[in-house]
Amino acid sequence: MGIGKIVRRTLLIGSAAVAGGVAFGVWRYRADPENPLLADLPEGAASLTPFVVVDAEGVTFVAPRADVGQGAASIQAHLIAEEMDVDPHAVRIVAGPASKAYYNGEITGHGIPVAAWDDGRMGAVARLGSDVAGKLVGLNITGGSTTVPDLFERLREAGAVARETLKAAAAARLGVDVATLATEGGAVVAADGTRLPYADLAAAAAATDLVREVTLRDPSEWRVLGRAHRRTDVEAKSTGAVTYGVDVDLPGMLRATAVTNPVRGGGVASLDTAAAAAMRGIEAVIPIPDGFAVIADNDWRAMRAARAVAVEWGDVAPKPDTATLWAEHAAVIEGEETDSRFADEGDVAGAPGELVEAEYRVPFLHHAPLEPTNATVRYTPERTDLWCGTQVPTFACEAVARITGQDVEQVHLTNLPSGGSFGHRLEMEWIEQAAHAAMAVPGRPVRLTLGREQDMTHGFLRPMALARGRATHEGGRVRSFDLDVAALSVTESQMQRLGYPPVGPDLMTVQALWDAPYAIPDRRVTGYRVPASVPVSSWRSVGASFNGFFGESLLDEVILAAGADPVEERLRLLRDPASRTVLETVAGMAGWDGPGKGKGVAFTYSFGVPVAEVVEVEETDAGLALRGLWIAADLGTVLDPVNAEAQLSGGALFGLGHAMHAAVEFAEGRSLQSNFHDYASLRLWEVPPTLEVRALGLGGRISGAGEPGLPPAAPALANAIFAATGTRLREMPFDRTVRFA
Amino acid sequence: MRMTINGAEVELDVEPDMPLLWALRDELGLTGTKYGCGIAQCGACTVHLDGLAVRSCQVRASEAEGAEVTTIEGLPRDHPVVDAWIEEQVAQCGYCQSGQIMQAASLLAGNPAPSDAEIDAVMGGNLCRCATYPRIRAAIRRAAQETA
Repeated sequence: MGIGKIVRRTLLIGSAAVAGGVAFGVWRYRADPENPLLADLPEGAASLTPFVVVDAEGVTFVAPRADVGQGAASIQAHLIAEEMDVDPHAVRIVAGPASKAYYNGEITGHGIPVAAWDDGRMGAVARLGSDVAGKLVGLNITGGSTTVPDLFERLREAGAVARETLKAAAAARLGVDVATLATEGGAVVAADGTRLPYADLAAAAAATDLVREVTLRDPSEWRVLGRAHRRTDVEAKSTGAVTYGVDVDLPGMLRATAVTNPVRGGGVASLDTAAAAAMRGIEAVIPIPDGFAVIADNDWRAMRAARAVAVEWGDVAPKPDTATLWAEHAAVIEGEETDSRFADEGDVAGAPGELVEAEYRVPFLHHAPLEPTNATVRYTPERTDLWCGTQVPTFACEAVARITGQDVEQVHLTNLPSGGSFGHRLEMEWIEQAAHAAMAVPGRPVRLTLGREQDMTHGFLRPMALARGRATHEGGRVRSFDLDVAALSVTESQMQRLGYPPVGPDLMTVQALWDAPYAIPDRRVTGYRVPASVPVSSWRSVGASFNGFFGESLLDEVILAAGADPVEERLRLLRDPASRTVLETVAGMAGWDGPGKGKGVAFTYSFGVPVAEVVEVEETDAGLALRGLWIAADLGTVLDPVNAEAQLSGGALFGLGHAMHAAVEFAEGRSLQSNFHDYASLRLWEVPPTLEVRALGLGGRISGAGEPGLPPAAPALANAIFAATGTRLREMPFDRTVRFA
Repeated sequence: MRMTINGAEVELDVEPDMPLLWALRDELGLTGTKYGCGIAQCGACTVHLDGLAVRSCQVRASEAEGAEVTTIEGLPRDHPVVDAWIEEQVAQCGYCQSGQIMQAASLLAGNPAPSDAEIDAVMGGNLCRCATYPRIRAAIRRAAQETA
């Protein structure tokens, strides 16, 4: 339900003279972004801000970060509830409209070259600048594990402002000093025990000046945060009751699917829709960019008719080809032109010691969330409505407006829970396709769902990447570390799709490498940019998803060549106390007692989170079996231990499954993988029977848990496989070299 | 064609070869059953057909004629598997969980005390891209204990 609907319903119930509801939120900077709720309110309404709505029916939280499975809706509700003293299960949680008011002040920080563990003055200044920039640009993005750090203060402040304003309204009604009032369980409680539920105070609060000066509770007094809770959505997700985008049902709604040229960009040479259009339930077959859409009364009829369309695809050159792309990566990494060199300490070229050299490769990967990509659009000349799960609400509305020829203010989004994303729902191609389909049937909603094959073969992929490293050891210690990484630039590709020019050096290409907190005397990390071709995107943990493997594999190789212990030597090299703590913790959890014995360790620092993992494998008659996975991470402060564990283990297992099995490859421009039979996923039987997670809160900057669990998983597995078998895996997927049980 | 879905008689006017999945979702509005792959690789569309777990994307509507079909909407809230799924907080994105629950309910109906290896084997056909697998195992063990 959109906020507009809530407020309109409120007016029917409450007084028309005064808005029956009130909304709360606060802003840190002088100029508030435009409040997106004002458009739906009458003249004279109370000063509305965007995160909390109280009306006669109760409390609604606006949780602007999209829930794609990472628990964003629940944690946003917990943050508000902590200060507002209301049960998160007793409130409605909605995603809110697409608005710059819901800017993400944290995410632009991923583009600045300051290490997350650098708490010096320059780091602080750069991060503050990033927050201001995020607000000015109004980037409303869910991603980069930023939901918690970005909203940790803002949502608690919104809850506190709501609480104090409701208390002020109650004090006026009861004729008592506000200092005598308390709040508990969604009500203001007076000294004599009188309870005034928030809903009963909504109209009065709407006429009360917002109390903007609030003090946030000390964590020692937290009642909601920091404890195990039931996620707000877990019951609906266990009973089939959630409405995902793919389940949207509206009066008069049509279904649709899209098919585009298997070689992206080739276009359509000829299209004969007669046979398809004559099939049962088919409303229309229309051309769209690079292909066609079938509009029908049923998803299956649309997909069946799509196969009956006689299409001759156009041609395009050059066509992506995996073998050619590897050659291109090699040429770029051997060339003179570097993209970045943010780490360059000492003198790697003249470093003494014995040399270890290695080359590593990872393939393209698809996000492949299980909910197929979809969007529902209803177009009328006056107003267009969009229903979908998206991580980029404002960009999605802008994309639809470009197609409908409307102002972005005429496009209204209802952002729905997503059946997974892993970065996929940062992309918008299917939303644009739905808009094209909707334009063909004005006034009727069209729910467009891509078949798995269309989605899988037209991905926005994690880039393939090539790394070459040289490291030396001397006297049993690591002396130098020099790693080159060549990849397509994720940032450049995403910016191009948004219509912006190519950017400067792409930090994502060297993410979690250049800023790894290792004090190695001679240390250099160099990024190389492969010219844009296949569209690439942010895949869970982005550049760290391959750089964890590259860096921690090379480090393991040189440590073992030095005759050192992989845990002890990393501990000696780590300059950051929290990093040493997580590594010591995981070593203890796993019972680490020296190299060999089938155990491998890896450590990465990404998205502000140091994470150490140990994997144990065993050779069996059926192949290599994963026996154990131990994870330790420092999130600064742990807000929800149950979900933190789920995200860290989910991230690590996602990393393991893809490292073991998955690749997207191209031949003659076509993706060779099309569905889960040839793009294999981790299966239940492969999950280690021993799996322990420890999410630490060591008190530093608070961070999100969705991504940082992934990067150390693959190198820990590769290092474990070396320890168990003596085979060093330098290329993913590993199942092309070894057999898994 | 006629069949019984979640205890209610229904009449469907669809092509005989329309997969049961799409009849449930698009004709009957039972959207708890999910489309994930369409080729029996993911298990998101798992329902019970005369008590057996099947991939509804592979069952023609005509093959369900006269049969009893149970979907996630037909499991009671206090079903031990549903309850265990909630208590263990299995779901992340939740999209695969209808199929996981239907598969697990079928497993426990035929084998009330499955071994770890049996759980792994029977549940291995159900994909979870979020990798909630450790909690799926825990929830099945919990449900098995509750029904023991």
